[in-house]
Amino acid sequence: MDPLSLRENVSDTYVRFRDSDIYYSFRRSPLTIVAAVITVVFVGAAVFAPWVAPHHPFDLTTIDLLDAFTPPVWAEGGDSRFLLGTDDQGRDMLSTIMFGARISLGVGFASVIFAMVIGVSLGLLSGYVGGTTDSIIMRIADIQLSFPAILIALLIDGVVRGILPRDMHDEVAVYVLIFAIGVSGWVQYARTVRGSTMVEKNKEYVQAARVMGVMPWLIMLRHVLPNAMGPVLVIGTIHLAVAIITEATLSFLGVGVPPTSPSLGTLIRVGNDFLFSGEWWITVFPGIGLAVLVLAVNLLGDWLRDALNPKLR
Amino acid sequence: MIAFIIRRLLQSVAVMLVVGLIAFSLFRYVGNPVDNLVGQDTTLEERIALKEGLGLNDPFFVQFGRFVVNATQGDFGFSYRHRRPVEYLIAERMPATLELSAVAALMALLIGIPMGVYTGLRRDGVLSKVFMALSLIGVSLPTFLIGILLILLFGVVLRWLPTFGRGEVVDIGWWSTGLLTTSGIKALLMPAFTLALFQMTLIMRLVRSEMLEVLRTDYIKFARARGLSNRAINFGHALKNTLVPVITITGLQLGSIIAFAIITESVFQWPGMGLLFIQAISEVDIPVMAAYLCMIAFFFVVINLIVDLLYYAVDPRLRVDVGSRGGLG
Repeated sequence: MDPLSLRENVSDTYVRFRDSDIYYSFRRSPLTIVAAVITVVFVGAAVFAPWVAPHHPFDLTTIDLLDAFTPPVWAEGGDSRFLLGTDDQGRDMLSTIMFGARISLGVGFASVIFAMVIGVSLGLLSGYVGGTTDSIIMRIADIQLSFPAILIALLIDGVVRGILPRDMHDEVAVYVLIFAIGVSGWVQYARTVRGSTMVEKNKEYVQAARVMGVMPWLIMLRHVLPNAMGPVLVIGTIHLAVAIITEATLSFLGVGVPPTSPSLGTLIRVGNDFLFSGEWWITVFPGIGLAVLVLAVNLLGDWLRDALNPKLR
Repeated sequence: MIAFIIRRLLQSVAVMLVVGLIAFSLFRYVGNPVDNLVGQDTTLEERIALKEGLGLNDPFFVQFGRFVVNATQGDFGFSYRHRRPVEYLIAERMPATLELSAVAALMALLIGIPMGVYTGLRRDGVLSKVFMALSLIGVSLPTFLIGILLILLFGVVLRWLPTFGRGEVVDIGWWSTGLLTTSGIKALLMPAFTLALFQMTLIMRLVRSEMLEVLRTDYIKFARARGLSNRAINFGHALKNTLVPVITITGLQLGSIIAFAIITESVFQWPGMGLLFIQAISEVDIPVMAAYLCMIAFFFVVINLIVDLLYYAVDPRLRVDVGSRGGLG
């Protein structure tokens, strides 16, 4: 492709984006713009934490115990090197929060994708095949839905910890969390995809594909799935907020990410011990970070839901 | 009707059996039950004898059957860590959790309903906007964070309320209650509010949307035409008709309150079942985990069963297609 047509292509896509309904409703909602900016800042800070963080909190050569418990800059005794103060080991809070957000967001995204893959596959299968397969999958979904997701995640986490030898817990903690949160969240995806699959499978293009002899799994993936993806993305965004909260909660309860590579939840747990001795910043700043992140993602999810499909409410 | 009840009961029993199977497999195959009962100096022969004595060599279904029979009698064996029968541990902790949950549910209703009515009646009022914004924050903030912030404000800065434990408790038979002493009530305030907040916002939003819907209906217009006072219309006619879904949702949420009590109890070091469970998870104390799992599942199954049966009794439309509806919520 020569550069000129590439440029035309790009500008074409840009024009289509600029004139789209989604962009219009985005521009019209200041709250959504703020939420999007906050989310982008968080994701950016998390992804580029090793390069943009003012300190490297887990590099033992750069931290100094003498800096421990420095309050934030504006408080009495603050140090201009540490904007939000330091924790009990002299690590810069701002940097630990950036590295913590990295793990929180990483676990959040990974478990959303995991839940999405399980849920979408089972939903497609359930809706397309129907019959006994459908009723088994949906019965399991019903049962799982009658328990709160966090309880299911907690139980899976507990069971996996029981199966694995104790000294492996810390190493695999992140993967266990992704698995637990993912499995606890697949039902919503499966139900939605099953619904749209049942509608789509009776349409003419699917019948045409079937007549042409396309394999069932190929029909599901190539023909049905693209038409069922819209609501899945909305659920995914809202689920991301839930997944981040669940991760933080499990880590706070002490059955999540270990303190050696803390997520926001672990940071809050660790800082909680210093709350009573007056070092409030060690727990409050990660807490604010978590709250703002979750609120922003929630607002984005709400907006996306309304923008993509007003009927979905 | 009878066919539906039997069907629904069978489904509940099936769920309990599945949960029981999970709990049993956990108990039997995760870790070694014998190693957790004996000391290091027990000889191999003694271990084998103990294994035979405990029936661990029996076929799977015989063992599972025994587990189910014991479980229905409340016998879950010994806790690995506490070296005491699990049922005693749970019975000891149960009053604390149930008291906390009941007070939280009550708080959610008593604050949530008036807030919902107010925001429903004065949609554009400043206070309504404030309530709605607060409810968004209440839904977004994780429970434990709200607990920590409350502790910081009322426990550390203002020093008004105790930050952990139950305060003084009074024993009434086997039930220990904190509701009869001042320190007990003071200790209850923050955990109960933390636990109630999420349900409170849920109830508020529900009442609000139901009120908006009911206020548009004809019978409200006729009530106005009859010249009834606003008060009589809003509370006598409108609110009354919003309460059915509110009661249903609150009923369904009772189970969630007990489950979420795990988090609240952990924040406030409240000596309830949830704290016991969390400690059991981090220490891999499997009998306690299995017992808690069975108990909470039983709770959920019973609540869902009652709600489903009530629905069936209240709403005749459901009787047409019974099969398509599973456990809601």
